[in-house]
Amino acid sequence: MKKKITIALSGNPNSGKTTVFNAITGARQHIANYPGVTVEKKYGTVFHKGVEIEVVDLPGTYSLTAYSLEELVARDFLLNEKPDLVVDIVDASNLDRNLYLAIQFKEMGVPLIIALNMIDVAESRGIQVDAKKLSSLLDVPVVPMVARSKKGIEQLLDTIIESASERQDWFPEAISYGMDIDQSLKKITQILEAAGTFSKKYPVRWLALKCLEGDKQVLDLLKKHPDEFAKVTRICKETSKHVMNTLEEDVEGIIADHRYGYIAGITKKAVKRKIETRLNISDQIDKVLTNRLLGPIVMVLILYLVYAFTFWASEAPVGWFEAFFDGLKDIITSIVPPGNLQSLLVSGIIDGVGGVLGFIPLIMLMFFTIAILEDSGYMARIAYMLDRLLRWFGLHGNSVIALIVSGGISGGCAVPGVLATRTLRDPKERITTLLVVPFMNCGAKLPVLAMLIGAFFAKNRARMLFLLTLLSWCFALLAAKLIRSTVLRGPKTPFVMELPPYRLPTLQGLIIHSWERTWHYIKKAGTIILGISVVIWAMMTFPGLSHEQARTFDIQRERLQQAFLAAPGIGKWTRNKQDLEKLDHLYLKYVAAKQKNDTKALEHMEKEPLLKLAKAAYEWKVSPFAAQAMDPKLLSAARRYLDFREEAVNLEIKRHQTALKSTIAGWIGTRLEKVTRPLGFDFRVNIALIGGFAAKEVILSTLGTAYSLGEAPEEKGGSLAQRLRENPLWNPLQAFTLIIFTMLYVPCLATVISIRKETSWRWATFSILFNLAAAYFISLLIRQAGIVLGLGI
Amino acid sequence: MKQVIKMRQMSNNQKGIIKKISATGDMGRRIREMGLVPGAEIQIQGRAPLKDPVAVKIKNYTLTLRNNEASFILVEVEALNTAKE
Repeated sequence: MKKKITIALSGNPNSGKTTVFNAITGARQHIANYPGVTVEKKYGTVFHKGVEIEVVDLPGTYSLTAYSLEELVARDFLLNEKPDLVVDIVDASNLDRNLYLAIQFKEMGVPLIIALNMIDVAESRGIQVDAKKLSSLLDVPVVPMVARSKKGIEQLLDTIIESASERQDWFPEAISYGMDIDQSLKKITQILEAAGTFSKKYPVRWLALKCLEGDKQVLDLLKKHPDEFAKVTRICKETSKHVMNTLEEDVEGIIADHRYGYIAGITKKAVKRKIETRLNISDQIDKVLTNRLLGPIVMVLILYLVYAFTFWASEAPVGWFEAFFDGLKDIITSIVPPGNLQSLLVSGIIDGVGGVLGFIPLIMLMFFTIAILEDSGYMARIAYMLDRLLRWFGLHGNSVIALIVSGGISGGCAVPGVLATRTLRDPKERITTLLVVPFMNCGAKLPVLAMLIGAFFAKNRARMLFLLTLLSWCFALLAAKLIRSTVLRGPKTPFVMELPPYRLPTLQGLIIHSWERTWHYIKKAGTIILGISVVIWAMMTFPGLSHEQARTFDIQRERLQQAFLAAPGIGKWTRNKQDLEKLDHLYLKYVAAKQKNDTKALEHMEKEPLLKLAKAAYEWKVSPFAAQAMDPKLLSAARRYLDFREEAVNLEIKRHQTALKSTIAGWIGTRLEKVTRPLGFDFRVNIALIGGFAAKEVILSTLGTAYSLGEAPEEKGGSLAQRLRENPLWNPLQAFTLIIFTMLYVPCLATVISIRKETSWRWATFSILFNLAAAYFISLLIRQAGIVLGLGI
Repeated sequence: MKQVIKMRQMSNNQKGIIKKISATGDMGRRIREMGLVPGAEIQIQGRAPLKDPVAVKIKNYTLTLRNNEASFILVEVEALNTAKE
């Protein structure tokens, strides 16, 4: 017996294939791409009775034609990798259509096991499948199972090991497709067999069948042998003509009809159906959920609930994450001495990555709710209800999946969104869809939007985010209409789609599903973002102030300090610069402790000799009226100190701003101000937006860095949101302009690369320029209109 | 009395048996691989809010297709008022 076997898992979408895969491999899963294409390849291993079984999860397909990437990938894998076995997951309640794929495996001749899944559902619908009979009729092992409750998994593994040790060879099944086609099939098979070269690698009868079906990939393969190609195409043409004349159908249709005939012959014997037409639960639910009036209302409601839930549930964990990273920063500030290293660690690395990772709970919950929609079957209803609408914009009902994955319910990612467009067969609809998906509010934009909403629209958070989602749909759809009526004009394609029965999603499935996507996001944040944060930190730190500039600031500071120390009544408290530094330190600590109401820290400070002055300064600042009662000498010293402090802080701000402007990023951002002034963006926003091209999350971290570097470091405390709110240049209109610009402008680097991989550099470049233009003009319109109307200023 | 009409013309909840698929090429292939083949019993399940696409029950599952696709599927139905069944 072999020690290691490879099996391929195959089946229709919604046949429970993923559930079987999860049940077999558990957490031992890996994801990679099939070579050359971007179709996801999932695989995992399991040890059963001392045998290592490698399980490859093929894409879910209905057929094995050459017309969709998924089907081609599945086919190529079988032909090239020759797995020991194919396990076809078959939905027992939809046996006929599911066996259509199984028959095609038999035509290929690959060793097959049928996993007869969901027998419980079938039985509840009055369908009884005789597995033994089915097995003997099809001449393949049939394992009945209920993958959801892990029933039958053991038996399946047993059968896999048994079969793999028995049969190794491929036996293509000779099904009859009617006299005319059978004859042509025989002729072509003879020609191909005579050529010799094919039979080594491919099942020849299968190749012949594909020639008759007009399979593009197989015909291309044949073209390399011109003699055979000419002979074969002649036979195909003759057959096609003859069949069209006598039966008025094309060859492909007849072959399909015969396959179904063959299946019907089998199911007639192996399946007992109680005659019953009563609506099952799923149909009952659809009566409401896809109802002409109720359907759309419920849909909008469900989408809204997704937000409300996600935000409500993630609020606490997001806070914990933030607290964790703040704590980390405090620790590093106290360990590492001030200077470039501390700045790199705190402003570059922790601010950059921490700011992004802090949103993990939000993104994970969002993915979790999307997974519920997908796994429950509701996503397909959304596509069904919206198809007519989307078609008007030149898109396809299935485009909605790509749009939603990209962030249609906000919190997706345009990269899988671009990849999801592969379900669209028409290249024009596909390219249009992938060009507009970057307009959606992906998980990376979400933190940026959430921060700006939190800062300026805190009272209407959920409503505002909902509005932004609706806006992103409007922009995407209008852009699609524009593209489809200009650069990509053309007709529409078939929309035959299954509405899978509603199912209660399994927790394991949901967790694996949402964790996979979240992990993808973390990896992106961990690698790309860390790299970019460091690069951008460097751009924002070097070259920095020149020696003369630095000296000028030093001298000014020195003068301020000397003037304060020499002032009357101060010498009693502070005699030199060291004392002054101690006072500064104590004052900040006292303010922080007071604000946090940290009694322990306050008690701790009691012994400090300078506390009285710091306390007086604080009280004067908080409530000058109450402070009148203080000792006049103390009060005068406190006021002098506060005046000094204000000047010193202002000087420090000026120093940091000058420093930031004299860095590489400052140089670029300042140059761009000419173009971005009508939008109200200063050089700091420009820098952030430049960084955001690499990944949208960077906007947030860069703004954070820009504003913490640009202001006096000792006045820390307060989030970025707070800092923006207190900044006179920022108001709700300005925030909204930046929100819209962020939503629309260039797709992130990873998305551009995916677009390029799915299409060409031409479209990738088009995408960048198109989005940039859209962002600029729409935000310009919004800001200028806002100023004229006096809204949000 | 039986008559053959296009699936598109069928009313909600009407039943019938597919007689012929007149679509070829990509559309014909897609329609067939989803199980819409001559001999299959179908029932119209409903229509989307904008009256298109149409949802069709076939055996134990539900498919959706656009009206212009349903035009290529010829269905034998009971003539006269069977729609109200």
